[in-house]
Amino acid sequence: MKTLMNSVSRRTLLQTGGALAATLAAPGLVRAQAPTVKIGLLQPMTGAFANDGDLAKIGAEYAIKEINDAGGIKALGGAKLELLVGDSRSNAEAGAQATEQLQADGAAIVVGGFASGIAMTGTQAAARYELPFIIDCAVSDALMTRNLKNVFRFNPSFSMAADVALKNLVLINDASGKAAKTVAIVHEDGLLGSGLAKLMQARLPELGFEVVETISHPTPARDMNNVVLRLRSLQPDLIIPSHYFNEFVLFARTLQQQRVKPKGIYALFGGAASSYKFVSEFPEAAEGVMDVNHWGDPKNPTNDKLMAAVKDAGKFYAYNTPINYSVIQVAAQALEFAKSADRGAINEALSKNEFDSGIMPYGKSKFDATGQNVNALPLNTQVQGGQIKVIYPDQFAQAKPKFPANG
Amino acid sequence: MYSPIIIFEALANGLMLGAVYALIALGLTLIYGVLHIVNFAHGALLTVAMYAIWLAFEKFGLDPYLAILIVTPLMFALGYALQRFIIGPSSHGSDNGILLVTLGLSIVIQNLLLAGFSSDTLTIATDYAFGVVPIGPLLLSLPRVIGLGVSLLTALLLWFVLNRTDIGKAIRAVAKERLGASLVGINVAHVYAMTFALGTACLAIAAGLLMPTFYVSPTTGAAFVLVAFTIVVLGGMGSILGALIGGLLIGVVEAVFSLFLGDSLGQIGIFLIFILVLLVKPTGLFGARG
Repeated sequence: MKTLMNSVSRRTLLQTGGALAATLAAPGLVRAQAPTVKIGLLQPMTGAFANDGDLAKIGAEYAIKEINDAGGIKALGGAKLELLVGDSRSNAEAGAQATEQLQADGAAIVVGGFASGIAMTGTQAAARYELPFIIDCAVSDALMTRNLKNVFRFNPSFSMAADVALKNLVLINDASGKAAKTVAIVHEDGLLGSGLAKLMQARLPELGFEVVETISHPTPARDMNNVVLRLRSLQPDLIIPSHYFNEFVLFARTLQQQRVKPKGIYALFGGAASSYKFVSEFPEAAEGVMDVNHWGDPKNPTNDKLMAAVKDAGKFYAYNTPINYSVIQVAAQALEFAKSADRGAINEALSKNEFDSGIMPYGKSKFDATGQNVNALPLNTQVQGGQIKVIYPDQFAQAKPKFPANG
Repeated sequence: MYSPIIIFEALANGLMLGAVYALIALGLTLIYGVLHIVNFAHGALLTVAMYAIWLAFEKFGLDPYLAILIVTPLMFALGYALQRFIIGPSSHGSDNGILLVTLGLSIVIQNLLLAGFSSDTLTIATDYAFGVVPIGPLLLSLPRVIGLGVSLLTALLLWFVLNRTDIGKAIRAVAKERLGASLVGINVAHVYAMTFALGTACLAIAAGLLMPTFYVSPTTGAAFVLVAFTIVVLGGMGSILGALIGGLLIGVVEAVFSLFLGDSLGQIGIFLIFILVLLVKPTGLFGARG
């Protein structure tokens, strides 16, 4: 103790004291300098979904920079936004921990979640602190049935997307003179794939399609030859797949090898078919594949800038980037409406106002009593000429649907 | 009911995939037969070999089949070093110890791969990956046909090494009677490491055969190793011929079950056989020991 006291020289003491006095004398100066509002981004930065987390972060950072460069949050005296990244490590438990950490670090609002399981625990953790949480792209219907006043979902739910997917499928098929009559469903046997298969089996017959086969497979799959052999024997007009990326790649490659050419492949949230990674690595297998998924408005010029930013980072563009760019824009508008970084005020602002949807094709975003954005809408995309093109609905379409794809 | 062509093709596919399963099981059964340990690191080592093949393609433009020639000696050396300097010494003579060491090793390897390559899925795109060999009305995948040929060749080579070379004789001697072998001057630690190295080298060949049509991520090996364990039990623990026949059989069973029941249930066939073998003939098809 003695040495420590001695080591603080009289000069240091004077300097420190002087600085302290100056700060105390001019409190207004400090306050005006940099009021910041912290926004938490909950994403899987490591683990199985690390790539999705990276893409999301690029979008979020882009939006933060854009907002700050334009003068910050005007209702808060030009307060700058600061991004706090919480790593959910691709699993639900860590998602809750990371959310706790974001709240402890002073986040006024949290956006993200990515996967349904992670969004589930993350929002639950946020609810304890009434911390506003806007979900970016988790689709499970169960997320919005818990009556949590702090939870909002920017993206369409699974059932909203399924409705759109079926409606557009009928439109596309009618336009082709009902080219597709028989359908085979190929799905992974987890929650996502089985749920989709059940829904399709129930709804497709009402719409005039005959489901000739439903094939499930485990994840990870070692081989798709036998699935494809069955399809070769049945010759369905349309294949509706639902798997994770690796299995979709294996499936599409095996289809190509076995020369099985259905009139169309139509996926719902079939990650790979809306992934430039897949399209650029296996252009032939990807050609003609249609998907219904989250997708940025291709006619918005900011979308092109984001694509360039993703490319500069050495990554392949996917929906995570535009949707996280946009959800940060919504969070910033909520701060403007709330005129405060107070959590209760932000929650109220989110539930009462309409928001510009960034570059997502949602028009004005409006959250209903459950917190769901009622105007959220997935887009239909199709791989055409090695590019992912929006084909439906018309106001966002870049190309006409090519169906039958091999016709 | 399916047309005969489809069924024949499923059988052929099963045989061809089974041959690669057999190759993976071959390494496992060899290590078990000599060292009497269940090598839990087998799957992780397969993943390492697959990454090595991928690296050779990505960094040096080496065709996956050619890369086998480079990766195999490397994996051989890695296997030797692992057994000689890590697994052997850390077991302190106890088989339970080895079990835990290989399990620990697999976790370490998997996480090192995760740190080095991230969790991204990596694939190799070759011109011939989609090639088919038309045999009559059957369309057989070219990489699979190559896989069958190379797997059988490797099994033959392994049989030759074990039966016609000095090191092979030493390996068989140690497998039969460890104490006696060391009494006549065989360096048991060296033979153990050579066996482990041979088993690991088999994985390099399997990796080269898989990569043209498959993908690799840090957990890929796990998908194959459970099947390999089944094959080892089916064929008889430690039996080379058993692993070969068992591999082909499992491939065919999986294909037929998958064709008629779907892939989710196709796996049931494998494990039904596994349980049946344990109930009826616990020594396996070609197992010598009880």
